[in-house]
Amino acid sequence: MTVLNNARIIDPDALTITQGALRIENGKIAEISDKDIKTKGEAIDCAGKFLSPGIVDLGVKVSEPGERQKESFATAGAAAAAGGVTTIITRPDTIPAIDAPETLEFIHRRAREDAPIHIHPIAALTKGREGREMVEIGFLMDAGAIAFSDADRPIHNPKLFQRVINYAAAMGALVIAHTQDPDLSDGAAATSGAYATKLGLPSVSPVAERLQMERDLSLIEGAGIRYHYDQVSTRAGIDVLRAAKARGIPVTSGVSIHHLTLNEFDIGDYRTFFKVKPPLRSEEDRLAVVQAVADGEIDIICSMHTPQDEESKRLPFELAASGAVGLETLLPAALQLYHADHVPLPVLIRAMTLNPARILGLEAGRIEIGAPADLIVFDADSPFIMDRATLRSKSANTPYDMRRMQGKVLRTIVSGETKYVRDV
Amino acid sequence: MLKQRHLLGIEPLTKEEIVAILDVADGYVDQNRRIDKHANVLSGLTQINMFFENSTRTQASFELAGKRLGADVMNMAMQASSITKGETLIDTALTLNAMNPDLLVVRHNASGAVNLLADKVKCAVINAGDGRHEHPTQALLDALTIRRAKKRLHRLTVAICGDIAHSRVARSNMLLLGRMENRVRLIGPRTLMPAGIDQLGAEVFEDMEEGLKDADVVMMLRLQKERMDGGFIPSEREYYHRFGLDRHKLKHAKDDAIIMHPGPMNRGVEIDGLLADDINRSVIQEQVEMGVAIRMAVLQLLAQNRTRNAGAA
Repeated sequence: MTVLNNARIIDPDALTITQGALRIENGKIAEISDKDIKTKGEAIDCAGKFLSPGIVDLGVKVSEPGERQKESFATAGAAAAAGGVTTIITRPDTIPAIDAPETLEFIHRRAREDAPIHIHPIAALTKGREGREMVEIGFLMDAGAIAFSDADRPIHNPKLFQRVINYAAAMGALVIAHTQDPDLSDGAAATSGAYATKLGLPSVSPVAERLQMERDLSLIEGAGIRYHYDQVSTRAGIDVLRAAKARGIPVTSGVSIHHLTLNEFDIGDYRTFFKVKPPLRSEEDRLAVVQAVADGEIDIICSMHTPQDEESKRLPFELAASGAVGLETLLPAALQLYHADHVPLPVLIRAMTLNPARILGLEAGRIEIGAPADLIVFDADSPFIMDRATLRSKSANTPYDMRRMQGKVLRTIVSGETKYVRDV
Repeated sequence: MLKQRHLLGIEPLTKEEIVAILDVADGYVDQNRRIDKHANVLSGLTQINMFFENSTRTQASFELAGKRLGADVMNMAMQASSITKGETLIDTALTLNAMNPDLLVVRHNASGAVNLLADKVKCAVINAGDGRHEHPTQALLDALTIRRAKKRLHRLTVAICGDIAHSRVARSNMLLLGRMENRVRLIGPRTLMPAGIDQLGAEVFEDMEEGLKDADVVMMLRLQKERMDGGFIPSEREYYHRFGLDRHKLKHAKDDAIIMHPGPMNRGVEIDGLLADDINRSVIQEQVEMGVAIRMAVLQLLAQNRTRNAGAA
């Protein structure tokens, strides 16, 4: 039995912040009180800091199997715990892709052995993510696949796409879709516009996002599928979400922390740590997606954690690999939006906890009796300068290196057990 | 005279620095026309030309420039060597760096590759063209050609015509001519015009005759063979009809407008062959001549920085 006293509890469902205490029993929240709780067991003084559900991060690449030199379950798990992430949803774009119950079982085993946090894998939607044959959706669900996605390689053939969607819908599966037309974005390293032109980089129009989202919308209409757009990064993409709502098509959507806090100019002098997929957008688009998060039009914020080693990044910009790590920087980066008065804190926390949990059908992400005691204590104000050498991830490709940030995770509790405490 | 250690692009150059380079180059033009073309300002220095992309003229021009100034010049055809063995650009740079060169001339097909490499070496790096980004010595030699022909390098209307989207020559020229307070016009089909280029200080035209109106300088760009397959333009002959420079279209420019082309030319695709050879209008051969002089000036100025810094240290 553990109690957490003297906390400012953020309830992402009620969207409230209240002074109080929590009691944990058998890995669940057993009591919520507005006064400190007395106990003979362990009592933790939160010192008036924030207490919220742990982050549920949808779309993390662990790089196992295939590229263990970039990240492993042990390092990703440690990074997650230090970043206040208590559940990671892993991507299937590994080598080989997670497209069969056997490979999925490998993830479960590695996750159980090495990671201090909850791990739920996404399985591929087609074999080898090649867009030709659908995977064994039923067997994979039985084996624990929480969702299905071909990651950044959406199914191109509309006929096959429609069949896969219908099959998945009948199974009650959640499908996660990448939001860029693959032909239009082929070879692109930046968003088209004056800045990409000045740098001479191959670029893609932001229309690629709307095009893919609209196509998907047309093909899923009436299928009754649980459908989630992984990253909406443009104003045009938000328009599609509104159109979906108007047409009564129940889709959900996310955005990566990088598209919320960085823009195309951050690429600067060809800095490859700022090469992500989709590419960083204009400041107008960034502000539009920030507003959409504040308004709840975009449901979740994720890290899109994508480890890349030095060799993959120390190349000319257009030849360098895409992606940035984010598990340990998700919370402080997101808190920028709170400090800038763009998104209220409970709304921000909801987008990283309750909303992803709901979309995925998980019980986490809630402050209520009986909910899993996956909790974090954090200081939202504490300033620091991000130093990538301190990251626990095996790869340190963070775009926030040497940035001034605010917000530190003080304690991470998973199923009632403390898995991370910040050294004071 | 140059503030930077490298010449990576026109972007970081001030107006004064551009003029300084042109002035030094002017002197070398005269020297290059003499029987004895030698000057020993680079004596004892090593210049390596590292071309990751095919080039005949630019490489020859840099080689000649270095040799006339007395440097030890080495050419490395990078396509044939380490790259195919899987060595990364940075490793190649570090390897060369260990051989203590003084001047490194680099061409690469990826934008920004030369900037990346310049960070890793101790010597002065000259960008001989990176992807679609910059080709500073081309813009400088064009500027020198214009200045000698027009007796000034400001308040001119310069029309750059052709494949702007894939052209580093167009970008560097735009930057240089803009900085020297000229009017820059870009002419080409919409498929070969990069997004947002109008925000970078140029006027964009899709009608060539309109774009050429009262121009002092007409700069034609090469249309790469791989762009002619129907993906960007429907055919060679339609392109020539709409955007190829001929006497009829040239009438819209000023009577004394000069014609330029960075080479190599596709006669009958972007420019009428006879017009290209017209000694009254075309300065295409002068451009090649100015190229050697400009490269000598750049090599000399960067080497001066280097020796000065070495003396200070």
